[in-house]
Amino acid sequence: MSQAMSEIKFSIYRYNPSIDAKPYMQDLSLSIEQGTDLMVLGALKKLKELDETLTFRHSCGEGVCGSDAVNVNGKNRLCCITSVSELTQPIVLRPLPSLPVIRDLVVDMTQFYQQYEKVEPYLQNDTPAPAIERLQSPEDRAKLDGLYECILCACCTTACPSYWWNPDKFVGPAALLQASRFISDSRDTAKSKRLTDLEDAYSLYRCRSIMNCADVCPKGLNPTQAIAHIRTEMIKEGV
Amino acid sequence: MVKSVLAFGQNGVSDWLWQRISAVILALYFSFIFVYIVLHPGLDYAMWQALFHHTAMRIFTLLALLGLVIHSWIGIWTVITDYIKCFCLRLFLQIVIVLALVVYLFWGIQILWGV
Ligand code: SF4
Ligand code: SF4
Repeated sequence: MSQAMSEIKFSIYRYNPSIDAKPYMQDLSLSIEQGTDLMVLGALKKLKELDETLTFRHSCGEGVCGSDAVNVNGKNRLCCITSVSELTQPIVLRPLPSLPVIRDLVVDMTQFYQQYEKVEPYLQNDTPAPAIERLQSPEDRAKLDGLYECILCACCTTACPSYWWNPDKFVGPAALLQASRFISDSRDTAKSKRLTDLEDAYSLYRCRSIMNCADVCPKGLNPTQAIAHIRTEMIKEGV
Repeated sequence: MVKSVLAFGQNGVSDWLWQRISAVILALYFSFIFVYIVLHPGLDYAMWQALFHHTAMRIFTLLALLGLVIHSWIGIWTVITDYIKCFCLRLFLQIVIVLALVVYLFWGIQILWGV
């Protein structure tokens, strides 16, 4: 007896710069057994079996590595934790907005990482290192919750209009969340320098609190709040 | 770090703070004017002039005027630097707008102390 099948419709952004003059949307469909579900990443893998030129990034497949962020029906999400059944069809898949496209759904993240580098995302401490380790109280450790969990998927930064207009000057929500993570760390002694580095009119202050970043973060983090925290710290230092 | 030559303040922090301060002043001023008009239905020129004759009202209006200049300077500068990419047009608009705001300020002061 053959299983009843149901059809899932996709509209996928295709662009191979070495062949295509310009990008186009391709309609594709997939049949799955009725009553079953799968993640968008699973669907992409099945579609790739039908057309092996379809290109996308993925790695862990369970929302931990942050490599398969794409724009799904207009919203930046991780393909591996977005199930097909929760989406309206045709499911429109596009690369993350504003970053240069390498091929199909794969974007060039260089600028995103450059902005991340700018905030010096590592612990800095100019006091002599203790014999064993730098201790932190549970209360101080709790201040890093909601900040350290970021997986650098770039869903937030590429959803931010301020980043679209000034990707070279505005460091963007992901990097600012990391800046906040080190500014809040009791073991870090570079707080003043970190704040000064961000006080110009662009690096942080292009944020207009639109909250697109908090809306899309697949880890449920809130970069807007982190940015507000940095601002408060700056004003406390400066006034 | 990017130097913002024609911005109002020297950095983003001060611009951000001034934009909030001026917003509060403007909100208070226009609420006051609104309430005043509602409470005086038969408002005529003599009453209006008497209101602006008070030193307190003049200072309040001057603050509101300053608030308006600062608020629009910061706001318009941000919009221009977001949306206008052509350097010449950007420079031209910024200069014209800043000059216009300064002119409005002095003109406003003249009107205010002329009543
Ligand atoms: S809150 Fe700020 S960083 Fe987040 S999307 Fe809006 S402008 Fe961008
Ligand atoms: S804050 Fe959230 S959306 Fe932004 S990069 Fe980190 S995990 Fe991704």
